[in-house]
Amino acid sequence: MFYREAGDFKTSYREDNQTFPIKFDRYRYYSVMFAAFAVVPFLINDYWVNAIFLPFLIYSIAAIGLNILTGYCGQVSLGTGGFMAVGAYGCYKLMTAFPEVSILIHVILAGGVTGMVCVLFGLPSLRIKGFYLAVATLAAQFFLVWLFNRVPWFYNYSASGQINAPERTIFGIAVTGPNTQAWATYLFCLVIVTVCALVARNLTRGMQGRQWMAIRDMDIAAEIIGVNPLKAKISAFAVSGFFVGIAGALLFAVYLGAAEAGDSFGITKSFLVLFMIIIGGLGSIFGSFAGAAFLVLLPVFLKNVLVGWLGWPTDMAAHLEFIIVGALIVIFLIAEPHGLAQLWRVAKEKLRLWPFPH
Amino acid sequence: MPDQLIFGMEVFLNGLMAGVLYALVALGFVLIYKASGIFNYAQGVMALFSALTLVGIMEGQIPFAHLINAIFGTELHHFGWHVPGILAIVLTMAVMVLLAICVQKFVFRHLVGQEPIILFMATIGLAYFLEGVGDLMWGSEIKKLDVGLPQGINLAIDETTFGWFGYGFFIDNLDIVATIIAALLVAVLVIFAQYTKQGRAMRAVADDHQAALSVGVSLNFIWVMVWSVAGFVALVAGIMWGTKSGVQFSLSLIALKALPVLMLGGFTSIPGAIVGGLIIGVGEKLFEFAIGPLVGGATENWFAYVLALIFLVFRPQGLFGEKIIERV
Repeated sequence: MFYREAGDFKTSYREDNQTFPIKFDRYRYYSVMFAAFAVVPFLINDYWVNAIFLPFLIYSIAAIGLNILTGYCGQVSLGTGGFMAVGAYGCYKLMTAFPEVSILIHVILAGGVTGMVCVLFGLPSLRIKGFYLAVATLAAQFFLVWLFNRVPWFYNYSASGQINAPERTIFGIAVTGPNTQAWATYLFCLVIVTVCALVARNLTRGMQGRQWMAIRDMDIAAEIIGVNPLKAKISAFAVSGFFVGIAGALLFAVYLGAAEAGDSFGITKSFLVLFMIIIGGLGSIFGSFAGAAFLVLLPVFLKNVLVGWLGWPTDMAAHLEFIIVGALIVIFLIAEPHGLAQLWRVAKEKLRLWPFPH
Repeated sequence: MPDQLIFGMEVFLNGLMAGVLYALVALGFVLIYKASGIFNYAQGVMALFSALTLVGIMEGQIPFAHLINAIFGTELHHFGWHVPGILAIVLTMAVMVLLAICVQKFVFRHLVGQEPIILFMATIGLAYFLEGVGDLMWGSEIKKLDVGLPQGINLAIDETTFGWFGYGFFIDNLDIVATIIAALLVAVLVIFAQYTKQGRAMRAVADDHQAALSVGVSLNFIWVMVWSVAGFVALVAGIMWGTKSGVQFSLSLIALKALPVLMLGGFTSIPGAIVGGLIIGVGEKLFEFAIGPLVGGATENWFAYVLALIFLVFRPQGLFGEKIIERV
């Protein structure tokens, strides 16, 4: 009944190749975008933005970045936290060194710097594969966090060793610093997320994405049919690093406001983002959003239920969260290795046929 | 002899001892990897979990006391008895075997034939799960573990080296005990794998699952056994590290330290795990001693990983690993 192609005639290649070829999908997409841009900003307050919307949007970018590397190109990375730290510290250095330049440019430049660092640590991927590489990216994680903790130049010699985001504005409206409005930070992140998702989606369905997927499925075979593994792997690391760096910059500048490498960008962050893409779905942009939403909402939900309703102590709720997240990872890997995105696809297919069985 | 050199030697010896402890954790990884092709990230958490269970049993704690108290409003904490060390170790081992059976039955039986990287991620999930269960079961505060292992400075070595160099080396008794136990453990494992029926079956499974099945080896049994043995190694490592630095969350992070050890030694080699452990232990202590002060210290956090990373670029299969041959 829904998702019918019948009557939806494509008269040009452009229409045939669009991201959402089915009409219902397209209208759903437009309505979600309309709600996100025009409805949500009027309804939200500080609590909603800080507890749910900002972390969701920012982790979505990080998850898209990691998904490009792990889900599309098959290179497992456990260094996401370290790369996010590069984005955050890069953004901080740029913000303090060039206060007159727009924050938007700083965030993008921070992404670029992270992309380069990511390429540097991705170079060994040409020699080492699988979990050897996963462990090698741990080197990036620990080395980078150590670097930002120990070299005072990165935190401008501040006594606390922390970095604090100064106030920066876009069109005269503060988006970082202590005097921000909920809707302003939300819209700022939303715009960046939208652009990132569009870029990622189009990269992955073009030639570049196909090369990545060929490398993921079997790199030797891909090399034989003419995919350059050096270019494919390095470009995956670069693009992934770019998105992860933007996420790190936003996490620090807009969401946290102050950060310290060990606390905010530790190994747990790497695992958090990895879990997001496993639960959401490896090799799917929608999956990145779904996974990020799931793992941002789960702790909020558990906290409200266990601490708020049942009156349990907070540390026990935290332990239970560990158990639930761990169990969910295992359950997803067993029952649905392609994650929430696959469930969504199956649901769409069912809707398309409904009410007929075939 | 110049002072620097003598200090360097002391650091070297301490590094060797630390390396033995890394090797202990790495051994558990190698065992599971060889027998089932699963790269078990949860090994460190298993060490933590076993140490927590051991302390809990020795102190007579009631498992899930906090949970029960929160749900039923009771005030339970302890059974009020103390279990002697040996008995507690046996009981903990029983718990680890139970864990092995559960892991095999509920997780890895359903993942047979999946890609190695999926299995790896499943063990990360398992690690989170176990960590949560351990904390919920026994509480998350730092605990002291004392099963009667000797601790403190070894006076004999202190006096001997003082006689030789005019400076007494500080070597912890516990490290010496750990080294002896690790050596024994390796010997036992090698004998087990070479000369017993089950050990041979384990090697057969490692070699080829289907061929092993066809000559009548039960895969399920072997895998449960391997996870139990890994649980035993985790228990030994847990006791050592727990006695050294208290039973706490950071214990699970030594698993991460064992990863570069494995990469250096090769995933499939028991001697590799030991040699790798020693290289990493000595390397990071010496590096911290020689270069650390110049770059701000705490280089131990990353040295092992970077060393392994650089090493792998030149020899992707590690020191003793089997040569990687890829076919389309």
